Amino acid sequence: MRQRLESISFIDIILWLFRTLIIVAVIWGTVATIFNNPYSAENWIDFLVFGIAQGSLYALIALGYMLVYGILFMINFAHGEFFMSGVFTATVFVADPLNQIGFLNAHPILALIIITLVAMAVSMGIALLTERVAYRPLRRAPRLVPLITAIGASFFWQYFFRGLYGSGVHAFPTVDALKGNLTIAGIEILKTQVVVIVASVLLLIALYIFVMRTKTGKAIRAVAEDKDVAALMGIDVDRTIAITFATGAAMAGAAGILYALLFRQVHFFMGFVPGIKAFTAAVLGGIGSVPGAALGGLFLGVFESVGPSLFLEGLGITASYQLKDVIAFTMLVLVLIFRPQGIIGERLAEEKA
Amino acid sequence: MPMLEVRDVHAYYGNIHALKGISLNVEKGEIVTLIGANGAGKTTTLRTISGLLKPRQGKVFLEGEDLARYKAHELVYKGMAMVPEGRGVFSKLTVAENLDMGAYHRTDKDGIQEDLERVFSLFPRLKERRNQVAGTLSGGEQQMLATARALMARPTLLLMDEPSMGLAPILVEGIFDTIQEINKEGTTILLVEQNAHMALQVAHRGYVLQTGEIVLADTADKLRENPVVQKAYLGIE
Ligand SMILES: Nc1ncnc2c1ncn2[C@@H]1O[C@H](COP(=O)(O)OP(=O)(O)O)[C@@H](O)[C@H]1O
Ligand SMILES: [Mg+2]
Repeated sequence: MRQRLESISFIDIILWLFRTLIIVAVIWGTVATIFNNPYSAENWIDFLVFGIAQGSLYALIALGYMLVYGILFMINFAHGEFFMSGVFTATVFVADPLNQIGFLNAHPILALIIITLVAMAVSMGIALLTERVAYRPLRRAPRLVPLITAIGASFFWQYFFRGLYGSGVHAFPTVDALKGNLTIAGIEILKTQVVVIVASVLLLIALYIFVMRTKTGKAIRAVAEDKDVAALMGIDVDRTIAITFATGAAMAGAAGILYALLFRQVHFFMGFVPGIKAFTAAVLGGIGSVPGAALGGLFLGVFESVGPSLFLEGLGITASYQLKDVIAFTMLVLVLIFRPQGIIGERLAEEKA
Repeated sequence: MPMLEVRDVHAYYGNIHALKGISLNVEKGEIVTLIGANGAGKTTTLRTISGLLKPRQGKVFLEGEDLARYKAHELVYKGMAMVPEGRGVFSKLTVAENLDMGAYHRTDKDGIQEDLERVFSLFPRLKERRNQVAGTLSGGEQQMLATARALMARPTLLLMDEPSMGLAPILVEGIFDTIQEINKEGTTILLVEQNAHMALQVAHRGYVLQTGEIVLADTADKLRENPVVQKAYLGIE
């Protein structure tokens, strides 16, 4: 008993108090909101659907963090820029011209597919280049080194694309066919949100099948587990790592277009916040599996969409919606402190070095 | 021409001089064993042969071809496969997926299916557990899987690193029986072992490795009779 008491440190007590305080605040706020009832059922459904749409984007981006972390135990801070590079380039070189010649609204599905494929290809290209030039030469360096390089690569691409396309905000052209609402089971949902959710689910399923069922997917998992043994099987480890980067970047590229449909604008800095949010989602999901990343993304999206209204307003905080980023980052910090293994899955681990 | 020739190989880990001029050869159809105490350099020798570690000096030849310009993963295409130390199964992949990885470089679907049936008849336990994640297998089953996986490459030269390590004596007998069986079906084997007793029973020839140097080379029968080997490796005074 005595020993147990002694092993509880000062820090533990602080952390415990901190955790209790947060739980109490959340419950307090939620109860207060429910009693005051400031929102209608439709409001809540809107929050929820928007959260799911946003969360599916986080999930798609989170896959890139998850895949690269899984294979190299490295947090690829440039992933947000892979996301930005594809959609920015596709907007400037494909979406805008297609809109001007009227093709975008004449054949919206075909046009969006072309735009998405271009975005995916550019994101993949940027990812492959970054991997080859900035990460591969450092494969045997201490783990901090590629981390710092990744931050450097992130800045490099931000300023590169700013130089290329300017620092202003570009509007993503409006697709007439996606204006307005769709009524599904009596619920009115924005068409863009439906597109985002459906496309994300399809992409997540495709990626899951790729990783779990195909020969290349198995090779990715084999390399993630043991690079030397994978090489002994005849697996080209460098090539497999490059494919992993490209796969994550392809998902990010597609997510970029969905993001543009939802928020209608692109700019050189657009990768930063979604990137960190998606990283949070990946950590929440345990950074070890496709379903983990998907659930982490969904959870974060819904939480930050519903959360401010649900428990911050009850606490008397006005303009709570402005605080949604604070919620996301608080969540990241909390998860890293209390549950580094994520909601499900494995730890962001030091023993894996 | 020997199937495998290692000629005066020096290998290092940083400043540690792990192999100090190793030469050995393996003829087609043989089982050759490399015995030695813990830390003698047995694993390093296999890592050098398989291309995971590049020798700083000396050469490795496979059927007369210098392997210096090949990367580890390319050597599978040359007919080399390895059962790594500690088995090295992919613990998160299923048994079937591990076997798929063994045949990773192959495209002959029919041949792969044939070999799958062959390893399942050699190790029926693996067939029962084909959809089980490899990390949940027992040590003996993992050894079977590592061996089966190497066979899925249909190798002409099989490198085995202490297949008996950590296994119960009754399983060890089984493993050595399997090694002989694989060899009889035409696979040349370089067998690294600490269990000199068993290794010298199945091997045709052997080398004794001591702190990075080959100190003895002879037929397995002669090595078994050698008083130095008896004292140091067979526990006979
Ligand atoms: N990764 C490594 N880094 C540094 N030294 C190593 C490494 N692996 C092996 N060694 C050293 O090289 C020598 C040979 O090791 P090894 O080939 O593993 O021996 P064995 O397989 O015969 O037990 C030992 O002295 C060992 O400590
Ligand atoms: Mg060893």
